[in-house]
Amino acid sequence: MDLYIPVVVLGVLAFGFAAFSVVMGSLTGPKRWNRAKLDAYECGIEPTPQPVGGGRFPVKYYLTAMLFIVFDIEIIFLYPWAVAFDQFRGLFGLIEMALFIVTVLVAYAYVWRRGGLEWD
Amino acid sequence: MTPCTGKEGLAFFGCDPWWLILGKGVVIFAFLLLSVLMCVWAERRVIGRMQLRPGPNRAGPFGLLQPLADGIKGALKEDIVPRKVDKFIFFLAPVLAATPALISFAIIPLGPVVSIAGHKTPLQLTDLPVAVLLVLAMSSVGVYGVVLAGWASRSPYALLGGLRSSAQVISYEIAMGLSFVAVFLYAGSLSTSQIVSAQAGGGTASFFGLFTFDTPSWNAIVLFPSFVIYVFTMMGESNRIPFDLPEGEGELVAGYHTEYSSLKFLMFYLAEYINMVTLSALATTLFLGGWRAPAPISTVWPGANSGWWPLLWFLGKLVLFIFFFIWLRGSLPRVRYDQLMKLGWKVLMPVSLGWILLVATLRALRNNGADTSAYLVVAGAVVLALLAGSFVWDAIKGPPPSAADEPEPERPAEPEPAGAFPVPPLDAPHYHGSHHGKEVPSGLH
Repeated sequence: MDLYIPVVVLGVLAFGFAAFSVVMGSLTGPKRWNRAKLDAYECGIEPTPQPVGGGRFPVKYYLTAMLFIVFDIEIIFLYPWAVAFDQFRGLFGLIEMALFIVTVLVAYAYVWRRGGLEWD
Repeated sequence: MTPCTGKEGLAFFGCDPWWLILGKGVVIFAFLLLSVLMCVWAERRVIGRMQLRPGPNRAGPFGLLQPLADGIKGALKEDIVPRKVDKFIFFLAPVLAATPALISFAIIPLGPVVSIAGHKTPLQLTDLPVAVLLVLAMSSVGVYGVVLAGWASRSPYALLGGLRSSAQVISYEIAMGLSFVAVFLYAGSLSTSQIVSAQAGGGTASFFGLFTFDTPSWNAIVLFPSFVIYVFTMMGESNRIPFDLPEGEGELVAGYHTEYSSLKFLMFYLAEYINMVTLSALATTLFLGGWRAPAPISTVWPGANSGWWPLLWFLGKLVLFIFFFIWLRGSLPRVRYDQLMKLGWKVLMPVSLGWILLVATLRALRNNGADTSAYLVVAGAVVLALLAGSFVWDAIKGPPPSAADEPEPERPAEPEPAGAFPVPPLDAPHYHGSHHGKEVPSGLH
């Protein structure tokens, strides 16, 4: 665990600095109240009314996030395999991973063919 | 803490006394803040030169104090918190963006073991068995800061900027993660110090028995495709030109930090530049041999890789990468969002996967003592796979676009205007009288 202590130390330093700066920002600056200034910025026109809860977003981004999870897990499987690669005897490790990658590639080809990677 | 017993590898780490850990932490923290100031200055100066103007040159010698002056000015600006924002998340987001950016640098090796006040300690804050994974994790946490900033601002520009940024960063993170696999395969470790020592020296190879030569040891040369993919994803991850769509000012004003001002805005700015430094440092470590001296120097001068000198090589490579970032910003336009996603998902990802399989095949053959004929078989297999890939490509691409989707036919080319400036053509239609002795078409009157 000793290896992780310096990361925590740097993290505490970083968090302290960032939090201090964010709090200081609201103290050091001037305060001049103006009704229009407190609206959401929209190039001088009336701000778009936001639905309750913060706004909607295109479902496209949701699909990207789901695809990311699938392929990120593939990467997580690749890392230990790569680190231990020289310890495999024969071609076992290679063939095993090739089969796995091909399996994922089938899903990838499917997503591509169905237009899941298109961005209009 | 227990004294270090090991002689190499991770055993060097985790046995510093508490004051050394704290000291190294503070030095790295200060180094990052200073490097951000220097990056901002260098960026403005270099881009100024590229655009034939001097850049900032008033505050201090060569304008060196300009970023500091900007920082102080930022702190003295009014801190506007729009009425509708989600207060807590609005304050949390800049902290969440800046903190992980600063943490990643903890695992970057800056040099070999040196002696500080009688303690033998590596020039690296710490190293972990999963060091590179820490960087990837921190860059993922950094996305939260951006997304939450967009979400909490309750403003369409900010929301769109935040979403764009998250989609872009996670898309490029896949290609980035894949580009590391070949490096781990060669080093047999995820720890950055071991990846550096794995690049210490290449083997020797003989050219058909005629003469022998040293094979290059840097991953940037040995694993060149991985390096190229990493450089692409590095641009995508850092949200900078040519991939700076999250804040494309022509479309989104400023993207996710539209509603931020004062020091909260500066935190996002800081995070962006620290990410740039960290990505450059990671590129140096994983692909350019880390703190080791470049080839001619280390051959001529054996002492180049010991003591404090490696810090110089490391900083040199780091500055080279940062200059590359700035150079790209000075020369490239912004890409479109669909082009960006297409590059990430349809080009970088399959290319990396294919490259990993190729590297793994060659490595497995080498480990099993293969000879030249085996490599020829692999080369044949690669050619066959490429051919098969092109068939699959045709199948995936689907029917060709219909005539309605075809672009408009090109207009006949305008005559080339004389000189370097865009002047209207000299034989443009006149609006009065005749043109070249002919009557002007009535539509032009």
